[in-house]
Amino acid sequence: MDKYLEFEKPIIELQGKIEELKSYNEDKGGGLEREIGKLKERLVKVQEEIFSNLNPWEKVELARHPSRPYTLDYVKYLFKDWLELHGDRRFADDKALVSGIGRLKDISFVVVGHQRGRKVDEKIKRNFGMAHPEGYRKALRVMKLGGKFGLPIVTLIDSSGAYPGIGAEERGVAHAIAENMKEITMIPVPIIVIITGEGGSGGAIAIAIGDRIYMQKYAIYSVISPEGCASILWRDQKYKKEAAGALKLTPVDLKNLNIIDGIISEPPGGAHSNHEEASRLIGEAIMKAYNELKDIPPPELIEKRIEKFSRMGAFKEL
Amino acid sequence: MQLCRSGEIGRRIGLKIRWSVLLRVGSSPTSGKKLLIYLEQIMKWFQRRKRIEKESKKKDIPDGVWIKCDNCGEILYKKEIMKKFMVCTKCDYHFKVNSFFYKSILLDEDSFEEEDIKIYPCDPLKFKDYKQKLKKAQKRTTLNDAIICGQGKIEGKGIEICIMDFSFIGGSMGSVVGEKVKRAIQRAINMELPLIIVSASGGARMHEGILSLMQMAKTATTLSKLHTPYISILTNPTTAGVMASYASLGDIIIAEPGALIGFAGPRVIKQTLKKELPEGFQRSEFLLEHGFVDMVVHRKYLQDTVKIILGHLS
Repeated sequence: MDKYLEFEKPIIELQGKIEELKSYNEDKGGGLEREIGKLKERLVKVQEEIFSNLNPWEKVELARHPSRPYTLDYVKYLFKDWLELHGDRRFADDKALVSGIGRLKDISFVVVGHQRGRKVDEKIKRNFGMAHPEGYRKALRVMKLGGKFGLPIVTLIDSSGAYPGIGAEERGVAHAIAENMKEITMIPVPIIVIITGEGGSGGAIAIAIGDRIYMQKYAIYSVISPEGCASILWRDQKYKKEAAGALKLTPVDLKNLNIIDGIISEPPGGAHSNHEEASRLIGEAIMKAYNELKDIPPPELIEKRIEKFSRMGAFKEL
Repeated sequence: MQLCRSGEIGRRIGLKIRWSVLLRVGSSPTSGKKLLIYLEQIMKWFQRRKRIEKESKKKDIPDGVWIKCDNCGEILYKKEIMKKFMVCTKCDYHFKVNSFFYKSILLDEDSFEEEDIKIYPCDPLKFKDYKQKLKKAQKRTTLNDAIICGQGKIEGKGIEICIMDFSFIGGSMGSVVGEKVKRAIQRAINMELPLIIVSASGGARMHEGILSLMQMAKTATTLSKLHTPYISILTNPTTAGVMASYASLGDIIIAEPGALIGFAGPRVIKQTLKKELPEGFQRSEFLLEHGFVDMVVHRKYLQDTVKIILGHLS
């Protein structure tokens, strides 16, 4: 791991020591296995301790971890015969949001999800995972394709939000998001939504209508970024840590608020520490949800979907 | 004689158009019945004007005899522009008005029956200062939250209507707004009534966090079942979460002139791009140009436009 967060430092140091000792052990021809084992045990303990005591802001940082797997990483580990499908048939192909068809356990799924970049040029190409209207329209087009041919749909969400730019407004980003929510509602196949990183406001909800909504353990889902919240409410971004706490954006919070159906666990050091294992866990969750949903007749599925969202909210009625 | 008296009234309240109608009617041989209908219409106009004055006095209009136009700076005689739908007589700037005002200019007199009046916001996240903010807004506006919903009549025909109120925490959409809009849509479905939503909102209400975001989903998913005409009226401002949900989903979308309409706030876009935004960006006319609203309509023609649409669609 070349990039790490401040609170991950002790873990990185220990991992370095283990690697060092391993190569020394190899050179020496063995004998240090016990020490290596002890260090590994310590690593597990340290990891557990750090990850179970994260504050809300650290969780936000973790959700945005630069090494966190993105949609195409999960696709690589999970979906066979993957075909990426491009373009919204109206304006362009938005590379911040990818879509395609792939096979998981012999079932063809439509997959749509945000794609951030890891290197600078990739980041620019992917517009840092912030989609334009054409991205959302592509997502809807491909999801409807799934509806037409009876393929279940998985959406993977990881974006700080829809891109705030002139072109986005000219091409009606608000309309694209609204229409997505309305149209996705009527798609007659199971839709499984997974927040894999940052579930950023309108940019997330545009592809987050579904029958099951899950969050990975270190993902977040919020109406606004903590920075945005701090600068609007308290006129200064320096209150972002307080805002992160106040917004209640962690999976546990969302489960308590009855927004999500479940939390998908991650490898001990977070999804970024082991992409393959993180993918396996996501695959399991997808199959579990699919098996629960696959036999529900489409009209009932849609009715329950509407019902699901119509229950969300908190108010008093006298 | 009757004609004369009503003409006087008409002149006093500045109804030049109606007066000319009367003259035309008066100069040709017309049956007494027809005359009576015209007279009735005039009286209705007169009553409507009075009602607008009365209701807009209640809330949201700055106190005092004079009012300054936010756009051109013209000092205006308040009584005068209230008669003119709270639109600047010099530059046509549409002042922000509250939900009561829209109710009075859109609906037949006393036809509004409010629903869901006992839904109140709560503080599910225990968000800092939210409770106090709610209390203050409730006291100032006499509203429970940023919207009123119910049934009304336009030219005697029943409709379901929701009117947002910007004076209540910036018209922000939290659980109450979402729930009330959802129920209004459901009533429109069940009673087969046309739906009108007048939007005025800065977007989702941060203080209710993810629950506010879900109101976008709640309203949009419910709208997928609506098959009666839905007219969405966008007023200044309609942005972010509200624009990115029900406000964008009207069968017909009307915008008031010069209203700020969009997804991201202009300040955010400016900060992101680090450059000045083009003139008229995210205004009603910009949206018309780019194909996202059907028409930009002056407030004085709003009711007539709605009538024509409903006449065609229902």
